[in-house]
Amino acid sequence: MKIMTKARLKSPWVLHYDCGSCNGCDIEILAALTPKFDAERFGIVNIGDPKQADVMLLTGPSNKRNQRVLKNLYDQMPEPKVVIAIGECACSGAIFHNCPNTNGGVDKVIPIDVYVPGCAARPEQIVDGVVLALQKLAEKSEKEVG
Amino acid sequence: MAENNILNIVLPVILVLFAPILGGFIMGIDRKLTARMQSRMGPPLIQPFYDVIKLWGKQPFISSSIQPILAFGYFAFSLTSFALLAFGQDLLLIIFTVAIADLCLIVASLNSKSPYSVLGGKRELISMMSYEPILLLMAISIYYVTGSFMVQRILSLNYPLLTYLPLVFLALIPVLIIDLKKSPYDVSASAHAHQELVRGVFTEFSGYTLALVELGHWTKIVLMLSLVTLFWATPIIIGIFLALILFFVVLVIDNVYPRLNWKSMLKTTWSVGVLLIIANIVGLISRVVMRI
Ligand code: SF4
Repeated sequence: MKIMTKARLKSPWVLHYDCGSCNGCDIEILAALTPKFDAERFGIVNIGDPKQADVMLLTGPSNKRNQRVLKNLYDQMPEPKVVIAIGECACSGAIFHNCPNTNGGVDKVIPIDVYVPGCAARPEQIVDGVVLALQKLAEKSEKEVG
Repeated sequence: MAENNILNIVLPVILVLFAPILGGFIMGIDRKLTARMQSRMGPPLIQPFYDVIKLWGKQPFISSSIQPILAFGYFAFSLTSFALLAFGQDLLLIIFTVAIADLCLIVASLNSKSPYSVLGGKRELISMMSYEPILLLMAISIYYVTGSFMVQRILSLNYPLLTYLPLVFLALIPVLIIDLKKSPYDVSASAHAHQELVRGVFTEFSGYTLALVELGHWTKIVLMLSLVTLFWATPIIIGIFLALILFFVVLVIDNVYPRLNWKSMLKTTWSVGVLLIIANIVGLISRVVMRI
């Protein structure tokens, strides 16, 4: 069904979870949602509820404390969903990569679809990352409906 | 005469079938206007339909076995009360049916372990408590003017109700604000992007149950706006215009005011709202007395 895929692409509701970042990337995510970039014209809504979200934005390397919450949030999101790791920390751990308390990248905990590097990732890059993620979402959607 | 009868049945049926779609467009206009007021582009007009179609196709997560039934009940009872209005039935019955619809939503949200959902449900109960008296008093004051609770009677009046009940009309503004879930009275859940209590009453809904709840909400908004149209029912076009003006006023208020807590909501609706209506009725009575 074409229309379902189109609707999915037109209304990605995002869930933003900070798994131990320095808040640099979070500020950039919020900047991407402000009137200047106006994410709502693409139907993007920052929803606080994992059960209603389609896209997960992750920042920070994730650590031993919050990996359980992260896994839980991921499991609570209904299919089809995509996950975006934003910032160098979330991609690989960056400067925290060999700290004993961190996991060094969110992909050690849950599967990631799109990596957006940068310290901090710029709003333009984040929007670019979301566009890439939407292509993945379309692929998943096509596969699901056959 | 026979043709007239057929028109009397066909027109309401069409109205009822198109009520949710009309509501979707109203929500689209709402989002577009809100965006323009915040100097943004805003989503396309049909954005709410994309949202609902998408929600329909998501993997269902049902948190309790009764939740889908209650979500459907919210939609069905909203549509029923709009059907009652379209067929010109009793105003009191319409108000009670829409109360049942709201009750479905509240029970569904209380029937979960999530504290956000439970708190949202309680607040929804309070918002229902604050606007229900105004709606009832509105029905009573309409009865006082027209001598009947039937909507049919209002539609056949040859004078606009607004000239007799201007203050009652004003008292409907908080009702619309609460029903559209707009600031300052969006205590139970907020519409878009400004979160409180995660998603309030809607927290536990997801997938197709949320889509049903959205459809119910749209229908309810159409119902409330058509209650406003009754204030200038002949010709109905002026009534529709009035409803759109009131809708615009609500949007302006939403963008100007921050959220207030439930106590001030209850205080405003029960004091200002009820007083406005009583003042109106007292004015009408005194006019009759003066004439004698
Ligand atoms: S990538 Fe840089 S800005 Fe982003 S969370 Fe890590 S340290 Fe902070």
